[in-house]
Amino acid sequence: MKARVHVMLKNGVLDPQGEAVRHALGAMGFDKVEGVRQGKVIDLDLAADATEADVTEMCEKLLANTVIESYSIEMK
Amino acid sequence: MKAAVVVFPGSNCDRDLAVAFEQAGFDVSMVWHKDSVLPEGVDIVGVPGGFSYGDYLRCGAIAAQSPICQAVVEHANRGGYALGVCNGFQILTETGILPGALLRNAGLKYICRTVDLQVATEDSVFTQGYTKGDVLGIPIAHHDGNYFADAGTLAALKDQDRVAFTYVQNPNGSLEDIAGILSENRRVLGMMPHPERAADEGHGGTDGTAMFRALAGIVATA
Repeated sequence: MKARVHVMLKNGVLDPQGEAVRHALGAMGFDKVEGVRQGKVIDLDLAADATEADVTEMCEKLLANTVIESYSIEMK
Repeated sequence: MKAAVVVFPGSNCDRDLAVAFEQAGFDVSMVWHKDSVLPEGVDIVGVPGGFSYGDYLRCGAIAAQSPICQAVVEHANRGGYALGVCNGFQILTETGILPGALLRNAGLKYICRTVDLQVATEDSVFTQGYTKGDVLGIPIAHHDGNYFADAGTLAALKDQDRVAFTYVQNPNGSLEDIAGILSENRRVLGMMPHPERAADEGHGGTDGTAMFRALAGIVATA
């Protein structure tokens, strides 16, 4: 069992790294980029009986800080 | 008067914080992150600056789950005093003892210099040695000191006079120039600037000394 967790800064939380990437892309001539948000991908190898609820609990308690971040889970 | 200073792998201001407490008259013990209890009779817990667990995942995230942090949470819930400086502030927000979070500095740079810090309230054991509006010279040294909280939390902090310190010139993008905040019972302070680095003539400034002296005075009479 595997899970992939995406952690992103919430909308409305300034993402200065994403902004810096956007500026760099603009400076390189990629003029169609209107916004960049940078996040994290966390891959988990899980025991066969692990559930999405287990991963949700991991996200709530450690993998994401829900004050500033949102997360999504893909079970594979 | 007993203080305990928590030491995580990657802490680097633990000894400075211990010395500042000692010079104010505290009996200080160092507590390892794997310990699950604080020493008997501890009045205040210091959570020091540094890079606990290499800042992996998020600053303070893994430290907040360490055995000793559970004890620190219980200490705070019992009404015990705690001071989190820099990474210690990040850890206290990650434990939920203090609200909000510390984001990457808006300018993306690590900043290490002495800043002008304004005392925003006298109404705490940490700040009662100052006068509201005083401007202190206190060093900062951080990459993730950009205080963020949702609008409701910010409003509550302001309504309850829980902003302890603000930056005169905001170095990192913190909302409302916030540099340090108090818990609801005003017994826990988290701040990004380092008062323990301005607590001895040899530091080039002693504006932090009044905090440790005031703490010692209150705890002694409590």
